[in-house]
Amino acid sequence: MADRTKRSFLGNRAALTRARFIAGFLAAPVLLYLVYVISPYAQAFSIAMTDWRGVSAHPGFVGLANFERLLGDGVFWTAVRHNGLLLVLMPIGTLVIALFFAFLLNAGGATAASGVFGARFYRVVFFFPQGLAVAIVAVLFQQVFRPDGSGMLNAPLIALGLEPVGFLSDPGVALWSILGVLVWQAVGFYVVLFSAGMASIPRELYEAAEIDGAGRGRLFFRVTLPLLWDTVQVGWIYLGIAALDVFAIVWVMTAEHGGPDHATTVMAAEIYRNAFQYFKFGYASAMGVVLFFFTVAFAAVALRLSRRERVEF
Amino acid sequence: MASQAGSQPVALARSAARERRRRVLGPLAGLSHGALLVWTALVVVPIVWTFLASVKTEDEIFGSAWSLPAVPRWDNWARAWEQAHVGRYMLNSVVVVSLGTAGTMLLGSMAAYVLARYRFRGGRAVYLLFVSGLAFPVYLALTPLFFVVRNMGSLPLIGPLIGLDSYGGLVLVYIAYSLPFTVFFLSAFFRTLPGAVAEAAFVDGASHARVFFQIMLPLARPGIVSITIFNVLGQWNQYQIPLVLLSGQSKDKWVLTQGIADISTAAGYDADWAALFAALSMAILPMLVVYTIFQRQIQAGLTAGALK
Repeated sequence: MADRTKRSFLGNRAALTRARFIAGFLAAPVLLYLVYVISPYAQAFSIAMTDWRGVSAHPGFVGLANFERLLGDGVFWTAVRHNGLLLVLMPIGTLVIALFFAFLLNAGGATAASGVFGARFYRVVFFFPQGLAVAIVAVLFQQVFRPDGSGMLNAPLIALGLEPVGFLSDPGVALWSILGVLVWQAVGFYVVLFSAGMASIPRELYEAAEIDGAGRGRLFFRVTLPLLWDTVQVGWIYLGIAALDVFAIVWVMTAEHGGPDHATTVMAAEIYRNAFQYFKFGYASAMGVVLFFFTVAFAAVALRLSRRERVEF
Repeated sequence: MASQAGSQPVALARSAARERRRRVLGPLAGLSHGALLVWTALVVVPIVWTFLASVKTEDEIFGSAWSLPAVPRWDNWARAWEQAHVGRYMLNSVVVVSLGTAGTMLLGSMAAYVLARYRFRGGRAVYLLFVSGLAFPVYLALTPLFFVVRNMGSLPLIGPLIGLDSYGGLVLVYIAYSLPFTVFFLSAFFRTLPGAVAEAAFVDGASHARVFFQIMLPLARPGIVSITIFNVLGQWNQYQIPLVLLSGQSKDKWVLTQGIADISTAAGYDADWAALFAALSMAILPMLVVYTIFQRQIQAGLTAGALK
């Protein structure tokens, strides 16, 4: 009897120290997270239904008026269209180039099961742009794309007597320049990612396929790609979300932050512009909500479309 | 024995096939190198070109974009360091990112550990709350975040340390926004660790906190290293959040990305282009050095990060 009381007393004490430990370890991270992440996200949805411009203490509730106005906002839809274009082209461009190079690195050697000489060196160099801050990359390419004889790309054109290309000043070209920079920075990462995936494919599979007379192209499409499909899918979703979040490249690199004449603007730039330059906080939050639903919809569709039979090996 | 003898012809056939391929596909390897070298050039040339331009005179930059400088003009670098405050921005970035990453790793690993290895009411909900942060675009939160930080600034005593235009505010926001992925990644890692060692320590009378700091944390080192690198790079590269939280009135607190971008966008017709190239080179150089030293860990850390 006395023994049992003692034990449950000890058990209670242990449970108490355990609970205290759990609470102690979680308190700071959860508090920080609630204040700086969860509460802003929650507030964004309610601010989106106000006409708040930062001056009044009590923002007026306007219901869905901001969203109605968004429907007629040409610039915003231009931005959505640009994001949509990048959403399709940036993953395709990046993944195709990265798969090509990863396959060359891992199966481009003398035999399909051997990598090329110096594969490690290429991976190190290709990956480097990933280590550069996006804002720095933007400034770098702003200089590379300069329209006059001081631009890296236009100097040789001018020297050859050709018309210089307005990489960032010609509305028909500017978005393609943005796309090029995005792909330039992303490719190395996926080369490394796919290389790691390809390295785990058993060499016997390649050798067996080679004995059966399969060429490089068939090897790639019949062996490598199916076995790599999960990784490609992850890459696609990751790049798609990155395409919806493009900001620094556009904001820093282009004239008028998304120009010329809105030719390169994206949703994130319009949100920032409306909030912190025009101080239309309610309207900008409504744009944020639209971006949120685009992101969620994209992730859902991407997961659904790319679900396939998983190949075991 | 029998199986070894059986595999012999297969191995022979394989090496014969390998030999055949080598003869047929020799040129292909050459073409591979060609393609790979083209991309190598695409990566390297813009960077080398920037470094070259950083030691040219203004006339050389505008006269001939591809020429070598007659004499290397290091005074461009001096001007960028002094007048464009690149040194100051870099120091700010180092301060904010060190504090931000240290805080992220401490708080993130604590939360991840408790959520991964203790069962308690509401634990699952807290975990899902953290992980849900992975799905939201940061642009949705920007406006309210600005006001949250501004309101923090009016708190008594600590307000000025964590409000707008303060290192503290930026550091706390960096930590909070790095938590979802850190918690997600590390709790998966803590779950895989063996429990026997920890239990032995409990029997010996070690406290929960002591088991965490002296046993589980060292055991989780590979995961901690990966995710630290991931967070350092992520916070060092951050541009959007400082742009919102550090206004033009606090230029002395700006981080490097913000400073360089500003030199570039604010540059008018009478801009000091040579100094801009020098500033750009100064921003790239430390990244290049750090990357060369840690490239293996950086690649591992970032790829581990992407496969969430």
